[in-house]
Amino acid sequence: MTSAATVAQAPPPVRRERIMRGPVDTVVTVVLAALLAWVAWRTARFVFVTGDWEIIRVNLTNLLVGLFPRGALWRPMVGLVASVLALAFGVGATRPIPTGPRPPAPTGRAWLSAVSPAWPLLLLVGVLLGLTRSPVPVVALAWLALGATAAWAAGRRVPRRKAPWAIVGAVLVIAAAAGLLVSFGGPGPEAMGGLLLTLWLALAGILLSFPFGVLLALGRRSELPAVRLVSAAYIELTRGVPLVALLFMGAFVIPLLLPPRPDPLGTVSRALASIVLFTAAYVAEIVRGGLQSVPSGQVDAALAVGLPPLTATRLIVLPQALRAVIPPLVGQFITLFKDTSLVVTIGLLDLLGMTTSLSAQPQFLGSDLQAETLAFASLLYWVGAYSMSRASRRLEARLGVGGR
Amino acid sequence: VKGTRVRFGVRRLRRVAVQLVFLVAIGGMVAWLGSNLSANLRRLGFSTDYSFLSQPAGFDIAGSDFDSSSTVLEAMRVGTRNTIQASAVGIVLATALGLTVGICRLSPNWLLRRLGTMFVETFRNVPVLVIILFMYLAVVLKFPPIEQPLRPLGLAVVSNRGIWLPAPLRGFVPLVSVLVLGAVVAAVVTAALARRGARRRGLAGGGILLVALIAAWASAGAGLSVPQQAGRVVTGGIRVQAGMVALVAGLVLYTSTHIGELVRASIQAVPKGQGEAAEALGLSSSQRLRLVVIPQALRIMVPPLANQYLNLTKNSSLGVAVGFAELTLVTRVATSSASPAPQAISVLMGVYLALSLLIAAATNLLNRRLLAAGQR
Repeated sequence: MTSAATVAQAPPPVRRERIMRGPVDTVVTVVLAALLAWVAWRTARFVFVTGDWEIIRVNLTNLLVGLFPRGALWRPMVGLVASVLALAFGVGATRPIPTGPRPPAPTGRAWLSAVSPAWPLLLLVGVLLGLTRSPVPVVALAWLALGATAAWAAGRRVPRRKAPWAIVGAVLVIAAAAGLLVSFGGPGPEAMGGLLLTLWLALAGILLSFPFGVLLALGRRSELPAVRLVSAAYIELTRGVPLVALLFMGAFVIPLLLPPRPDPLGTVSRALASIVLFTAAYVAEIVRGGLQSVPSGQVDAALAVGLPPLTATRLIVLPQALRAVIPPLVGQFITLFKDTSLVVTIGLLDLLGMTTSLSAQPQFLGSDLQAETLAFASLLYWVGAYSMSRASRRLEARLGVGGR
Repeated sequence: VKGTRVRFGVRRLRRVAVQLVFLVAIGGMVAWLGSNLSANLRRLGFSTDYSFLSQPAGFDIAGSDFDSSSTVLEAMRVGTRNTIQASAVGIVLATALGLTVGICRLSPNWLLRRLGTMFVETFRNVPVLVIILFMYLAVVLKFPPIEQPLRPLGLAVVSNRGIWLPAPLRGFVPLVSVLVLGAVVAAVVTAALARRGARRRGLAGGGILLVALIAAWASAGAGLSVPQQAGRVVTGGIRVQAGMVALVAGLVLYTSTHIGELVRASIQAVPKGQGEAAEALGLSSSQRLRLVVIPQALRIMVPPLANQYLNLTKNSSLGVAVGFAELTLVTRVATSSASPAPQAISVLMGVYLALSLLIAAATNLLNRRLLAAGQR
């Protein structure tokens, strides 16, 4: 997927004459315009006239955090604010790696190019404003955006030499924010639901599967046949089965694999374990690609100056390999963000599970609002995945991967 | 010299020791988990072998003639058949739609290109399960009831209980098998003619395909069975269950965006000079595409395309969310009735692994044929 995105190039520049060139072109254009107008009209009618959005308005908190104890809501909020600020700081501290002549600065419509990356988020803010009919969430988001801008500006002032420390610090703050949810007296993952559970599964899934995936990738390239064989078998077997099958395994088989004790792991933790086992195989293949991209001369040189093989791997190969795989790892994270929705097949109430269970509420029983609730959930997923994929394309350009 | 030989021996010994420790650790863990598993199963009164496969299932499968007195193995066979059906139809439709979208995104028509982009960005960034559930709950279940179905062109019956499509009189099996046989014969004959350098080999291949088409039509009964609806009963045609309609529609919409991007990227990855050189040689634009650009794009496209086919097949397990009795749902129902979960899930994983290997092998074969001699 990501490779397709990297190979893809910008379409040729727009030429106005190309929509009415010859009779065939004109007919195509007219038919498509009619189709587009019809779709736009139907969508607008659904959003503003026929759709009944009361069910979303009443359940907004349920969709965002599920049945998370309302007394502990400050934890995800503090965590969210801290993560956003840390992320902005870290992004500000990363410098683009110069890879030749700078692209010319965009001319004209400068405000458009400043706003266009953020338009999905602005759309989301508009939808929230329309749903809640209260300025509170929008004002809060505006403050958050302001704070993020300030943190970004602060990150820009970090000298180049100390930039890696700023990035490590940002990652630690985000990890601490996640820790605030599950420890220090927090309600723990089993209490999570809605979008919070979706994000938890995706974030914890990618972070926990990363070390496992790196080990598997190293194992697959090991000189020891036993290690190589076991790693390769694990990776290929896991990639050959659907995530749903692994989730079933997590839900029904993991309790049987452990010594009999009353409920050794909660359902959310077991789902997370399945996700980690599944994602590790994909992360391993990504990391293996990165390892292969490191020229063999690097290893030869390291061994020639007398580094032991393990030290050479740790200090010379892995840093170069991991830098090369950041963009595909972000792509895997986006895939995981979407794939966490599969936990509804084992009855967890993540964003999608919450959405489909709303119509069973007594006051909405029989009111047939599936289109509305699913449309709202799709919007949340879409804004998340689309924004992240655009951000990862910028990151790719910034890291200069493949550009050298 | 002696010293190095000793050190070499020590190194080899260490290698063997490390591997032994690794294998013992892995084996020990597996043995520990296995002993826990059999102890737990025995404690809960489940069998620890695969004898459940020959027990009566005790559940029905909607939309098939399977009845609850047949064995669990038979139920899983029906589930596997449904998985293969949904995946095969999904792969064909997703490829067709993906090709269309990919070509649209390269069109010189600005509006067409923009619509292609919109389609891709919309459906690629929403989870496939959300699309499938939307298709099921908000589209297929909102079709009119079976008593007043839609009758597009009088050929099909569309209702919220499923879609009935016109079908060959003797079903699709003879039709497809004769067609596949004809295609294989045509490919072999064309390849043989090509080796002898015969001209008009394309004509010969086309002729064989035409004969195969007629033979297939005749073997399938030489006629169409059009579904007819009266009250709550539909006769004739072939029924596609509501769950399968939603599943296939969702899979096709989601996967076609990825295939579309692949098609676009592969065509764009063919060096521009190739097309320009073809133009300079005086080839027509269709010849340029058919003889120069598309063969090279196909080589880039096939391996990632195989990946998408694998993903689609694995994602067909989401039929479990819309009540379509593919293998995953059958396994789920079996484990909740009487079958032991570990063994049933191992069968499920085994079948998916076999399907994955089958698709991988088929595309590898195709890929080897497509690669130029120097690239093998």
